[in-house]
Amino acid sequence: MSIRRTITNLLRDVILLVTFILVFLVPFIFILLNAAKTRQEAALLEFRWPSEFLLWANLREVITYGENRMLLALWNSTLLTVGSVTLIVVLSALVAFVMQRRSDRLASVVGSFMLAGLIIPPAVVPTVFFLQWLNLYKTLTGMIMVDVALNMPFAILIFRAFMNSIPRELDEAAILDGASPLRIFFSVILPLLRPAIVTVVVTSSVNIFNDFVGPLYFLPGEKNVTAPLTLFSFISQFSSQYNLLFADVVVMTIIPLIIFIFFQRQLVSGMMGGAIKG
Amino acid sequence: MKKQTMLLVALLGLSLILAACAGQTAPADTSSDSGAVAAEDAPITLTYLVDDGETDQLLAHAFADGYMELHPNVTIEVENRPGGGDGDNVVKTRLATGDMTDVFFYNAGSLLQALQPANTLVDLTDEPYMDTVDDAFKQTVAQDGKIYGVPSQSAMGGGILYNKKIYADLGLSIPTTWEEFAANNEIIKEAGIAPVIASYGDTWTSQLFVLADYYNVQAADPNFAEEYTANQAKYATTPAALAGFAHIQEGYDKGWYQQDYATTTYEQGMGLLANGEGAHYPMLSFALPTIATNFPDKIDDIGFFAQPGASADENGATIWMLSANYIPLTTTGDKLAVAKDFLAYTVSSAAIELLNERVPPSGPYLIKGAELPADVLPAVQDIAAYIESGDSAPALEFLSPVKGPNLEHLCVAVGTGQMTAEEAAAAYDEDVKKQAQQLGLEGW
Amino acid sequence: MATSARPRVIMKAYPNWFYLPAAIVFGLFFLIPTVMAFYYSLTRWTLFDATFIGFQNYITFLNDPSLKSGLINTIIYAVMTSGLKVIISLPLAMLLTSNIRFKDFYRSITFFPVLVSTVAVGITFSMLMQPSTGLINNVLGAIGLPQPDWLGNPDLALYSVALVDVWKGLGIATVIFMAGILSIPQEYFEAARLEGGTWVKFRYIIIPLARNATFTVILLSFIGGLRTFDLIWTMTRGGPGFASDVLTSVIYKQYQAGFYGLSTAGNVVLFILVTIIVYPLMSYFNRKELEL
Repeated sequence: MSIRRTITNLLRDVILLVTFILVFLVPFIFILLNAAKTRQEAALLEFRWPSEFLLWANLREVITYGENRMLLALWNSTLLTVGSVTLIVVLSALVAFVMQRRSDRLASVVGSFMLAGLIIPPAVVPTVFFLQWLNLYKTLTGMIMVDVALNMPFAILIFRAFMNSIPRELDEAAILDGASPLRIFFSVILPLLRPAIVTVVVTSSVNIFNDFVGPLYFLPGEKNVTAPLTLFSFISQFSSQYNLLFADVVVMTIIPLIIFIFFQRQLVSGMMGGAIKG
Repeated sequence: MKKQTMLLVALLGLSLILAACAGQTAPADTSSDSGAVAAEDAPITLTYLVDDGETDQLLAHAFADGYMELHPNVTIEVENRPGGGDGDNVVKTRLATGDMTDVFFYNAGSLLQALQPANTLVDLTDEPYMDTVDDAFKQTVAQDGKIYGVPSQSAMGGGILYNKKIYADLGLSIPTTWEEFAANNEIIKEAGIAPVIASYGDTWTSQLFVLADYYNVQAADPNFAEEYTANQAKYATTPAALAGFAHIQEGYDKGWYQQDYATTTYEQGMGLLANGEGAHYPMLSFALPTIATNFPDKIDDIGFFAQPGASADENGATIWMLSANYIPLTTTGDKLAVAKDFLAYTVSSAAIELLNERVPPSGPYLIKGAELPADVLPAVQDIAAYIESGDSAPALEFLSPVKGPNLEHLCVAVGTGQMTAEEAAAAYDEDVKKQAQQLGLEGW
Repeated sequence: MATSARPRVIMKAYPNWFYLPAAIVFGLFFLIPTVMAFYYSLTRWTLFDATFIGFQNYITFLNDPSLKSGLINTIIYAVMTSGLKVIISLPLAMLLTSNIRFKDFYRSITFFPVLVSTVAVGITFSMLMQPSTGLINNVLGAIGLPQPDWLGNPDLALYSVALVDVWKGLGIATVIFMAGILSIPQEYFEAARLEGGTWVKFRYIIIPLARNATFTVILLSFIGGLRTFDLIWTMTRGGPGFASDVLTSVIYKQYQAGFYGLSTAGNVVLFILVTIIVYPLMSYFNRKELEL
C-alpha cells in the first residue's frame, strides 16, 4: 500500500468526519450551549460559548420547576411509551405475520385499513368524546390505546416488509412438528423479527414520547402531565426563556437517547443477523 | 352493502348521542351559594386552569398563594395549558366534555362569547364585589346582561412603545398625527436607527398597526363596531379602517423596519427596543414587565404613546381589556362556594397589594379603589394618563365577536411586500365572513 | 408464490383471529372517531352543538383562497422531501455499511435527529437559520457564499423547512436502506467485486435488490410529506404571510380559529387527496414487489 493511498484515505476520513460532525452534531451543540446560558444571553440565540456556564443550574431549574413537574412528566411519558410500544409490537407483528403469509383477499383488505391509518389524520375531538363515553378519557389506558391505534399502521408496514425475508420453510417445519400458531409466532417468528422490532420500538417510542397533541387533548390534568407539555410551557406564547427551553429539550431527549443507546447495536448489527438467515 | 349502510347509520346515531351528552352540563347548584365561605375547616382542593404565559402564571400563583395563606384548609392547584389557538381549543374541549377545572382563566371579549357562557359558566352578576368592577370591563365578560367573569389582570394599552433616549438624542417630540410619526421615522432612519421594529418571527406581533388603530377608526366612524358586526361596514371600504393596513405597507415601502424583520422574534424585538437599535415597537403593554425582567437597567428608557391617527385633535389609545377568571357550571356544592370566595378574594385590596408586589402591572386595574404602586413602570404611567383623561377606547375584539383568524398572516404578507394594503383588507373581509358564518352569527 | 397451492394444514398456522386484537383497538380508537368526524364535517360545529349544514363546509373549504397555493406547496414539499431522502440516504447507507473508519459513530449521529422532538428541531433550526446572526449564514459568509434569509424570504421558506425535514428524517430512511443492503447475500457483492467497482455494485446489485427498501422509504416519506405539519408550524406557521402554507397548516388554522366542522371537512379532503396520490403508488410498488 503506497503512502499516497494512505494519505488519500486519511484525507477522506477527515473530510467525512468533519462533514458528519458539522451536519449532524452542530445543532445539538447549539442546543447544549444555549441550555448553559443566562436568560439574556440565550435571547441573542448566538452560537457562542456562554460567558457563565450554567448548564447544571438551568437543568436543575427545569427539573424542579413547579414542584418537580418535570420528573412527574418524565415518569408519565415513560409509562405511556413503554405501554404503547409493547402493545404496538405484539399486535402489529401478529397482523403482519398473517397478512404476509396468507396474502389473500382479507390480507389486502387489512392492507387497505393499514394504508388508511397511515393517511387519515386523527380526529381529535371525536376521539375525546368517544373516550369519555368509554370512561377512558383522562386515563393512561385511553391514551395508550389511542397511541397504539395511531402507530400500528406504520409498524405493520415495517413488519410486513421484514416478513418477506423470513423463509416460510421455518414456520412450515414448526407446523410439521405440531406447534400451535401462537407458539410458531412467539418462538419462531418474533425472535426472527428482532431487527424490525428494534426499528419499530425506536421510531414509535420517539413518536409517542415526543407527541404533544395527544396528551394535550386526551390526557389533561396536572397529574397527567407529559414531557412535551413541559416544553410548551417554556415556549409560552408571549415570552420565551430560551435557556430553560433548551435545557428542557436536553432533559426531554435523555430518555429517547437511552432507548436508542440501548438498542443501537441491534438497530444496526441486528439487522444483519435477521437478514443473513434470509 | 346494506350492512355497511346500517353500520354507518348506527355510528352516526351514536355520534349524535355523544354530541348531545357533551352539550349537557350539570345544573348550577345555586342554592348552596350564600356568598359566605362554606366548609371553613374541611380540607378542600380547587383546580385552576391558567395559560402558561409568564405573566399569567405569576398572577395565578400570586392569587393562589395569597388565598391559601388566608384559608389553610384550601389547596389551589394551578394547571397549565398552552396559550393561543391551542389553548382556546383545550378550554372549549374541556367545557364541552364537562371536564373543566373548578376555576379557570380566559380572555374576555370575542373569545369568551365562543364559550357560550350562558350554557357553560356560572352567573356572577349578583356577587357583592361586582359593584367595584369597572362597567366597561363588565361588558366584555357579559352576555345578555349576565356577568360571568372577574377581572384578574391590569388593563393593557396597545400602541407604540418607544425609546425615549433616541427621542431625546434626536430632539424629537411625541407624534400626535401619523404624518408627524412618519416624519420622525425619517429622521430616525437618517440617524442609522431602525424607525420601526417588526417581529414577524412571532406572527401575532404583526397585527398591532391594525388593531391598535381602532381608537382612530372609532374617532372617524363611531358606528364602525356595530356596522361591522352586522355585516355592513368592511375594512376594505372604510377608509379609516383600511388605514391600519396602509400603515404596515407604508413601513415596508419606506424601509422603516429593521434588518431581518421577517424572522425577528418577539423576544428579540423587545431587545432591539431596549438597546436602542430600534425606536418604535408597535406592541401591547404586557411586553413591559418582560422588558423590565430582561433589561432592568433599560426599562426607564421605554415610553408609550397612542398610535397616531389622521388628526391631532382625536389622539387616544386603544385599550385591551384584562383577562378574567370564570367558574364553569360543573363546579358545584362546597367547591362552588369556595370558588366564589376565591374570586371575591382576587379583587380584594389584599390581592391587589400582593399583585403589585409580585407582578409589575402593565396598565391600570379596572377595579375601584385599586391603586397602581408608586414605582409603576414609566410607560404604564403614559398609558394610565390616556385612560384618566378619557382618551381611550377598547379594541375592536371587545366590541364585536367578529374577528378573522388570518389577520396576523395577512399583516405579515403586507409587511413583507407580498400583498398591498387593499388586497389584504379585502382578503381579511373574506376571512371575517368565514368566521361569522362558522359562528352562525346573524346577517352573514 | 401461489398461496392457493399450499396445503390447508399450513394455512391453519396463520389464523385470521391474529388480526382481531389489532382490529379491535384500531376500530375503537381510530375508525369510530374517524366516522364521527365525517359526520361532523357536515355540520357547523362549535363543540357545544352541531348544526347539520350538508356539504357547505366542503364548498367553503374548496373555495378557500389559500387552498390552491397550499396544495401546490404540499406537493412540492412531499416530492422534495421524499426525493432528497432517497437520493441522500441510499448512498449514505452504502457508506455506513462499507468498510470505513468511525462507522459506528456515524451510524449513531445520523440517527440522533430522529430522537429529538420535531418541535425542538424546528426551534433550533429557526435560530440556526437566522439571516444575520444565525450560525448557518455566519459560516456561509465566512467562506464567501451568499447568505439567504432562509425563513424570512417568501420564495425560500418552504424549501428551507423541507431541508430541515430531510435532515430530521434521514436517520430512518438510512436505517431502512441499511437493512435492505444488509439483507443482500454477500455472494452478490463478491461477484460484483470481480466485475467492477462501486458503480457496478450500486447500479446492478443494490438498486434492484434494495428495491423493497426504496419503496418503503418513498412511500413513508411521501405520505409523511403530504401530511407534514409540526415542522412547518413551528418554523414558519405557514408564512411569511401564506408563502409556506401547506394543506395541514391551512386546516390547522381553521381548527385553531374554532371552525371545527370546516377543519374536519378539510381533513376529509386531505385524506381523499392523499389516497388518490398514494394508492396507485402503493399498488404499483406491490406489483413490483411480487415480480421479484
